[in-house]
Parts: sequence; structure tokens; C-alpha cells
Amino acid sequence: MTMSPTTAEPVETIRLRVNGVTHEAQVPPRRLLSDALRHDLGLTGTHVGCEHGVCGACTILVDGQPMRSCLMFAVSAQDYELTTVEGLTRPDGSLGPVQQAFKDCHGLQCGFCTPGFITTITAGIAENPDPDRAEARDMISGNLCRCTGYQNIVASVLRAAEIQREDAQNGDGEEQGR
Amino acid sequence: MKPAAFTFQRPTELSEALAAYAANPGAKILAGGQSLIPLMSMRLTTVSELIDINGIGELSFIEASEAGVRFGALARHAELHAHEEARRVQPMLHAALSHVAHATIRNRGTTVGSIVHADASGEMPVVLTLLGGTLTVASTEGRREIAADDLFIGPLETALESGEIAVEAFVPALPARHGIAFDEIARRHGDYALCGLGVVLGLTEDGGIESVRAGYISVTETPIVVDLTECFPDGIDASSLVAAGEKALEQLEPEGDIHASAEYRAQLARTLTARVITAAHADAKARLFQEVTA
Repeated sequence: MTMSPTTAEPVETIRLRVNGVTHEAQVPPRRLLSDALRHDLGLTGTHVGCEHGVCGACTILVDGQPMRSCLMFAVSAQDYELTTVEGLTRPDGSLGPVQQAFKDCHGLQCGFCTPGFITTITAGIAENPDPDRAEARDMISGNLCRCTGYQNIVASVLRAAEIQREDAQNGDGEEQGR
Repeated sequence: MKPAAFTFQRPTELSEALAAYAANPGAKILAGGQSLIPLMSMRLTTVSELIDINGIGELSFIEASEAGVRFGALARHAELHAHEEARRVQPMLHAALSHVAHATIRNRGTTVGSIVHADASGEMPVVLTLLGGTLTVASTEGRREIAADDLFIGPLETALESGEIAVEAFVPALPARHGIAFDEIARRHGDYALCGLGVVLGLTEDGGIESVRAGYISVTETPIVVDLTECFPDGIDASSLVAAGEKALEQLEPEGDIHASAEYRAQLARTLTARVITAAHADAKARLFQEVTA
């Protein structure tokens, strides 16, 4: 264990596997996973809102399951395959199904909450590929948006599921929802 | 909103964790962390050392048998919620877990962790009490079982001794001719309940009421179970349901806060008592019918 040059606090070397890439970072144990992603790895797609698990903006996928990155420590996250919003594009870098659906349906305004919605919905439609409106609302009930009034986000869930089903029919959806 | 500094250990064997905890009783155990980490981030609590038990594979299990459901300290709420056999053996688990926070929190949070957090606004401490479950704790001295009735001794306070780690919990199976229901009312879906309750209702062989027990959330400082059987000598009707609500309130201590006044919480307790007993009665009748026709 070495000391951080700026805080004189002991730091550990950790390895985080994010979007298929292994990153190494020196962090103190108290570093929240959300902060490690943003500050240590420079992956600023994950947004930090309330920082106590209520708002859902920082939601990422941990082994494919949505979890709050502000409610995990980076040192605890080394055994998992992490996926952030940056990892949800198509292999060619174009928008993934959920991202495309948000664009199609105007599912965002300021965009601050959007990364948490994208990750949550990606896992949601992997589990339920054909949600109805009530199921779509339930899927996003742990995420707060202060701009849209949610109507267009619900529409985006349904549209994302539709794009995903089209992808599956065309046989090109395997890369998504890792 | 950042936790204060702490030292960190991540044992992969339970014996290592127990030794580390014995060496530093001021340490805190980290399982799901969905209650502990917000408390640390808001600096409502500070810990000198965190012992992360997530690497201890033997704590990650769910076993459902005809006797009941046993689950380890790393069984996530979501895993227990989705466990078909656990749901068949003791349906109260699934019913109550549906109300624990949001799905995203349930993916990380653990049911045993939620029990030993001992928040009377939490669902699972009350469920353990209502079902007459037990908690198994371990220390370097050995293991012991604590009955739910002896576990919760104050707000966020349990009977665990210094150096003891909660390793598993057990809830007995739902007996024959019994039914369950669970409901709560919260300001927002997934938020803390203003009031909630779970009911286990038993029928006699000819379909009369044998027992009615109700466990309440957010209206006392520690989990409470009220026996309401005496309110239903002649079955369930509108007036007996009203009487049950009043009887329950004799033992509840609803308090007012920024979310709801004491009077409003009391009214929720009356309304929910009638609603959930009615649902548990319907559930018991449906199960009795299945048992008779099976």
C-alpha cells in the first residue's frame, strides 16, 4: 500500500474491468465506484446526482445487472464486468438500441439523468424484450428525471425494445446489452 | 457526500473475516452496502475499518426445503425474490421483497444485511419476526442462533455481540391451511413505507379463522407483530376488520414526521389492516382449496 501524494491517504492499486477493457488505478478504499469511473478512469458518461442511491443517475451494469455505482466502493468492484453508458454503443460506434430510442422519442432534455436510464433500460429489455407501458414504467421507477415528465422516457423504453427485437430478427443484436 | 477515510479488508474465508472482526471490534461489515454506504457518505456514521465479505463464496446461497428457507449473508434481495422454490415454500418472502427499495438496489443489497440493519421501516426485519425466523451469527468463539423475537432490541440495534457476523437466516415454511399478504403505502414507489404490514392467516379445517398475525412497518421503533386472532371469532366481516385495526393501534406507536403526521399513519394502519387481512384470507382460502383438490 502506498500513499496518495495529494491527501497523504493510503491508496491501493485496483483493476477495474469496464466495457471490456481492464483499467488500473490507485485509489483510497473510500473511493466510490462512481468517482473512480469518472475521476480515475475518465469515463464521465456515468453521472453523479444525489450520491446516496435515490436518483439513479449513476446506475451502471455490474455483470449485466443494474446497480448504483455511488453505492459501491471501487475496491469492491474488481471481480465484476462493469458496463457504463459508453459501453452501450454498437460495435461500429453508432448509437445502441436504447440510445437510438431516446433520440427517436426525445427521451431526454437536459440529459443529466440519461446515462442511468440507458443502463437500467438496457438490462430491463434484456430481461423483458416486449414490455407494455406499465412494465416500462416499473422498469424505470428507480430513476428520477426532473425535465421530461417521463412520458417520452416510457415511449423510449417501448421503442428500444422494438429496435432490439428488429436487431434480433436481423441477427445483428448479439453485441448489445453486455 | 464522501465517506471519511477507513482501512479496508477483503477476506475470502469466513475464518479470516471473523479474526479480522475480533481484532478490531470498531470495524464494520460490508455486504450489499445499500444502507451502510449512504450512511457513510452522508457522514451519519464513520468506520475505522471496513471488512468486505463479498468475496466469501460460502455465504452466497439459498436453500429451500419443506422445513423452510435458509439463505446466506450474501444472498441478494433480487436472488431471493426470484427463487421459485423459496417462493413456493414461504411465499411471504417474495411478497415482501417486492416492496424492498427498487430493483436496482435489490440487485446489490442482501436480505440478511437488511435484517441486521434492524430498521423498523425496513420490510425484512418485520418479516423475520412475523414468520418466527432465526438468525445465525458467527464469531471466533463459534456460532449461535438468535430467534427473531430476541434479535431486535432498539432502533437500528440488534442483539449481536462484538465480533459477531450474521452469516445466515432461516424462515420456516408456510404451514398448511395458511395464507399470506403484504402491502404498504409509500410516498413514492420504492421509498420507505409510511406504514405497511404483512399478515399470516391460518384457517381451521372447516374454513374458520384459526389465527391472524400481523407485522407492522414504520409505526414502531422495533419490528412488532400483533396477534389479532381474537378479533375474528365469527369469521371476517367489515366490523371485525375495523376492530382489528383498533386492536392493532393499541400496540403501535405511529409518530409524525416530515412525511406523514401520526394521525395519518394511524389511519393508514387501520386501512391497511383491513385490506391486508382480507387479502391474506383470500390467499389462505385459495391455498386450502388447492390442498384439498390436490
